[in-house]
Amino acid sequence: MDALDLARWQFGVTTVYHFLFVPLTIGLGVFVAGLQTAWHRTGKEHYLRLTKFFGKLFLINFAMGVVTGIVQEFQFGMNWSEYSVFVGDVFGAPLALEALLAFFMESTFLGLWIFGWDKLPKRVHLATIWAAVIGSNISAYFILAANAWMKHPVGYEVVDGKARMTDLWAVLTNSTALAQVPHVIAASFIVAGGFVLAVSGYRLLKGDITFRSPLRGALVMTAIAGAVVAGTGDMSAKLMYEQQPMKLAAAEGLTHDTKGAPFHVLPGVEIPKLLSFLSANDFEATVQGTEDVQRRLEQRFGPGDYRPDQQVVFWSYRVMLSFGLSTVGLSVLGLWLTRRRRQVPPWYARALLLALPLPLLAIIAGWLLSEIGRQPWTVAGELLTASSVSPGVSLAEVATSLTLFTLVYGVLAVAEAVLLVRSVKKGPEQLPAPAPERVREPSLMY
Amino acid sequence: MIDIWFVIIAFLWTGYFVLEGFDFGVGMLSPFLGGNEGQRKQILQTIGPVWDGNEVWLITAVGAMFAAFPAWYAGFLSSFYLPLTLVLAGLIVRGVALEWRGKLEHASDRAWADVGILVGSALPAFLWGAVFADVLLDSGVAALVGGAFSLAVTLLHGAVFLALRTEGQVRRRARAAAMGAVFAVIPLAIVALPAIPGEGDLSVWVAAGGAMALLAAGGSLIWRRREGWAFAATAGAIVLTSAALFGMLAARPLPGLTLAEAASGPYTLNVLTWIGLAILPFVLGYQGWTYWVFRKRISAPGGAAQVEGAQAGIGH
Repeated sequence: MDALDLARWQFGVTTVYHFLFVPLTIGLGVFVAGLQTAWHRTGKEHYLRLTKFFGKLFLINFAMGVVTGIVQEFQFGMNWSEYSVFVGDVFGAPLALEALLAFFMESTFLGLWIFGWDKLPKRVHLATIWAAVIGSNISAYFILAANAWMKHPVGYEVVDGKARMTDLWAVLTNSTALAQVPHVIAASFIVAGGFVLAVSGYRLLKGDITFRSPLRGALVMTAIAGAVVAGTGDMSAKLMYEQQPMKLAAAEGLTHDTKGAPFHVLPGVEIPKLLSFLSANDFEATVQGTEDVQRRLEQRFGPGDYRPDQQVVFWSYRVMLSFGLSTVGLSVLGLWLTRRRRQVPPWYARALLLALPLPLLAIIAGWLLSEIGRQPWTVAGELLTASSVSPGVSLAEVATSLTLFTLVYGVLAVAEAVLLVRSVKKGPEQLPAPAPERVREPSLMY
Repeated sequence: MIDIWFVIIAFLWTGYFVLEGFDFGVGMLSPFLGGNEGQRKQILQTIGPVWDGNEVWLITAVGAMFAAFPAWYAGFLSSFYLPLTLVLAGLIVRGVALEWRGKLEHASDRAWADVGILVGSALPAFLWGAVFADVLLDSGVAALVGGAFSLAVTLLHGAVFLALRTEGQVRRRARAAAMGAVFAVIPLAIVALPAIPGEGDLSVWVAAGGAMALLAAGGSLIWRRREGWAFAATAGAIVLTSAALFGMLAARPLPGLTLAEAASGPYTLNVLTWIGLAILPFVLGYQGWTYWVFRKRISAPGGAAQVEGAQAGIGH
């Protein structure tokens, strides 16, 4: 164990943890904005109660996404200073733009939304939540564009050992990013949809029929997002075939270049020629294998092991696919069960509790596939992870920060879970009787 | 271009110090100035709508350093590894405590949130001063003085902000706290003044002297109940202190590093300048609008008059 290993563990732990909250922020924010819009247009009181109920859950979760995000921005410089110096000219730009274009908007308008219920005109107040959630989604675009550049660097040249940006537009319209952004955002909508489904299933079991409409809404949202995830996932696979052959080979456990390569459902269970078709729309296409790519990379970059951890990559791909598909399947089933105003069967409401963990595990597995599959590079073909770490930061220092963050994150995860469960058990609050147009909501205020 | 970007980054840090400065002060003062739950809510509501937006100034400042001066960003963050780890831990705990506090129903849970807000405000308030003092002087004593100075200034700034934004008992207590803080700030400022190197630019001396004068003026203005002007004075003092700080960093942002060595290429700086200058006015506009929406003084729940009446009835 050296400082490099611990720095990698810290990046993995803090990033996976951060991404437990972010997809929920992205998707649930839009859902809450939708509920408030429904209230605005129909004037039906239960939409307002639901807006406040899901709004509260959204805010509990939002806080965690924000505070864990600051760590992300700092740790590039703290733990990966060599990486930062090499990439800053290119990689820093989307990060700076993210803060300027997205984070200011998200935080400012969310503050206005939380505290503006009785201070802003109704329409303006509705606009604030939309501005905040648009901010969240813009931030996803910029950070994913930065991330895509690590895997498929474009729009740059290397001068004096540092990457220099030559074309910002190329960086922002990187094909890898254009496939990855809708993929991750749609996956976030599945996570949020699954969260709403689990909450609604629980409330319906308790006999709270207010939750029929959010249940239907979340079923539609999850099913549509599922189609987008599948389509963009297919795009990503085809790009991976061209741009990241090693990752594709590891994800498939394919050791040697193979013409008409089969797809492994599980080890030993294969569908002939499907991988070639998925990769290149051609059943006879040749897919590269790990050992052959390794040989070619050694010829190009000199001796070294250019293979990622194949077990992790192989299995995370399968967890992502199966857990993600089951969530979408669950929601399609629900759409059929509740067609034409049919009641939600209790067994289905119970099954919906699975809709919370399944997509979260799928999205985490997706990130493990994406980022462990990128190893041993931080910037593909340009910079190795081993050369990216801060030279002046000691093992003891990284151990300290890793321990501290793990402890703080652990305590906060428990606290957040308790808060969410309590709020869900309590259910939506009754609105104060007289003036439903101008309600003061103490629970949303400090 | 390099100079423009240094000024933009200095501007972002300065905005952060001014805005989150009072958030930190309010956070540290809330357990002490709020005699009961209603008053604590009143205190925290002064920063509730804005603290998160204020923190984005830090994220933008650091992001701009990353994009414009990668070597400065990387060197600064990795050489202050442990202090910055604590800053992050503080910001994490404080952020969730602020956001969750209003959703907690048990008094004991809220007491935990108050601890989080207090510690999470005090740690970064102290450490930012300490870290920047250490960049300038590379000495432990300087870091201590710098940290104590920034902690005291945020307390003063936060107390003045509270006095400006509340009414009733909290407002009176905040005024008293502000006057108390002045007595800590002025001696610390006098101790900190020699931090300016002898060969330092004249403008740095002018900025530092101006900051001293404004801190003293803030104390006297709060004494005379001119809370708006007092806030302008403490905000101005922080602006000038930050200007002096970045004036000194301009030649040498880190030991052994110049801005030109740390800078990104001209293409990146150029394109970011245009985007930044196009967007920044909108950001300033809607952030300013937030302060306008929430401009009214905040009273304790139940209305100031009622609370005052009740207190008069019980206490005196």
